[in-house]
Amino acid sequence: MTRRISWSAVLWLAVGAAYFLIPLVALLLFSLRDGVTGKCCSLGSYGEILDDPQFVKTLRQSFVLSLETIALSLLLLVPTVYWVHLKLPRMRPVLAFLALVPFVVPPIVLVVGLFDLYRDTPDWFFAQPYGFLVAAYVILAFPYVYFSLDSGFRSIDVHTLTEASQNLGASWRTTLLQVILPNVRAAALAGAFLTLAIVMGEFTIASLASFDTFPIYIQYINQTKAYPAAAVSLMSFGITWAAMLALLVVGRGRAFQLGGNR
Amino acid sequence: MAEGSRLGEALATTVDTAETPRPAHAGRGRLSLAWLGIAPFLLYAFLFLFLPAGQVLVGAFRDQAGGYTLSNIGTLFQEPYVTAYRNSIEVSLVTAGAGGALGFLIAYAAIREGTPKIVRTVLTTFSGVAANFAGIPLAFAFIATLGSIGIVTQFLADLGVDLYGNGFSLFTKTGVEITYLYFQIPLMILVIAPAIDGLRREWREASANLGASPFQFWRYVGAPILTPSLLGAMVLLFGNSFAAYATAYGLTAGGVNLVPITIGNFLSGDVLSNPHLAQALALGMFVVLAVMMMIYVPLQRISSRWVR
Repeated sequence: MTRRISWSAVLWLAVGAAYFLIPLVALLLFSLRDGVTGKCCSLGSYGEILDDPQFVKTLRQSFVLSLETIALSLLLLVPTVYWVHLKLPRMRPVLAFLALVPFVVPPIVLVVGLFDLYRDTPDWFFAQPYGFLVAAYVILAFPYVYFSLDSGFRSIDVHTLTEASQNLGASWRTTLLQVILPNVRAAALAGAFLTLAIVMGEFTIASLASFDTFPIYIQYINQTKAYPAAAVSLMSFGITWAAMLALLVVGRGRAFQLGGNR
Repeated sequence: MAEGSRLGEALATTVDTAETPRPAHAGRGRLSLAWLGIAPFLLYAFLFLFLPAGQVLVGAFRDQAGGYTLSNIGTLFQEPYVTAYRNSIEVSLVTAGAGGALGFLIAYAAIREGTPKIVRTVLTTFSGVAANFAGIPLAFAFIATLGSIGIVTQFLADLGVDLYGNGFSLFTKTGVEITYLYFQIPLMILVIAPAIDGLRREWREASANLGASPFQFWRYVGAPILTPSLLGAMVLLFGNSFAAYATAYGLTAGGVNLVPITIGNFLSGDVLSNPHLAQALALGMFVVLAVMMMIYVPLQRISSRWVR
């Protein structure tokens, strides 16, 4: 029995599509305006952004920060989640509770405390994005990486894999790196792409701590040049798309870790 | 952009994953050593999450001289801070209500019988991206749309409707609300879709076979089952909007009186004053979000009964 699509469904989908597409179309039209005449169509704004050394510099900065955050998060959390599943199953609710704390302590609250605590630490930590910012970003990424890894570990038999590996004489390191890790690769990658999207777009802490990351650059362009600002905003949207699509591909369309849509 | 929105999404997945108990393989005696395995992570979380949070909680009750005081908390109830809280709560209520309603209607339109399957796939993928497209670039997308020389503003002007002449401005509370909906609606779609899936087709057919009208189906079956999910999702949207900073900052450059913006102005040194006041403001946010969480978790537990 197939039914025709109902009129009210068409109406609401059209409302949604209009609300979501119009700002993107506006960005596109803005970005194609000529810098001098304000008329369509010119790729000059894109050229201006791509030629700006600050663009390349801040984009690379944010990308390196993402990689560092991903590495540190996985280094901390893969062994932790593995160990909890293997030896401390009673700690799982505790870790899940810990992962809720960042929702009650959002970045704007966290940064107040971080400033107070770490303002007087040595420059190699507090004054460096690779120190202070990454330390904070690992906390921002923690819930996403944790829940992603936790569902990954739930879908494999940790005990059997570990026992089999150790019966064959493998050390803990070999077990973790060559047996467990390949089995939770998809979950680890999903966490990594979410972290990438978070760090590439993080504004609050970077701005208040005065670091020059990619979102800070976008804000600077927004305040100074209207048409290139549209171009760079659209590029940032593209980065979000890429990270989310990568997430979909990694999960093979099934484990879309967002929004509980499993 | 690492904004409330993304936190909200992960939060939506959290509670049910925490519950399933597994048999404990470790004996009690070995537990003491097994603890060491998670010590590095706990230490990290202590240093960069709990210590800073504790610092805020304690600092809010400190004065400049280092003694304890309630005066910072008292200041929160004076202008302009009361208005900041009122504005933040109002923006969060409006965007949770409107975003929740629109998100539900759009999600239901995509999932209900008769709509091609592909619509749902496209909608979910797009919502995943849009819910993450927040912050500075989102603010600029709305400036290009509804700013004083935005595409829609100019289009309406050509039709003879002068938005800004009629008192509208994107750089106000209303503008912030319109912009926040861009990540609130997709978040609602992502969170509510599994609950709509839980509303099984057989139930509708059964009630129709028993002679129920569509209204009776919604009144006695649909609404009671969906209500906890809808409320939970809206509470989530509330917190999502309450914690957001970057989008409002990108729109108004710190000019709108919201709590996160006020805290930001304190930290960036635009306002020279008692640093403990920033901690008191942050404590206020913490309290509101903690209340939100205490409402959300039980609702999520009730609604997860029907999901899947």
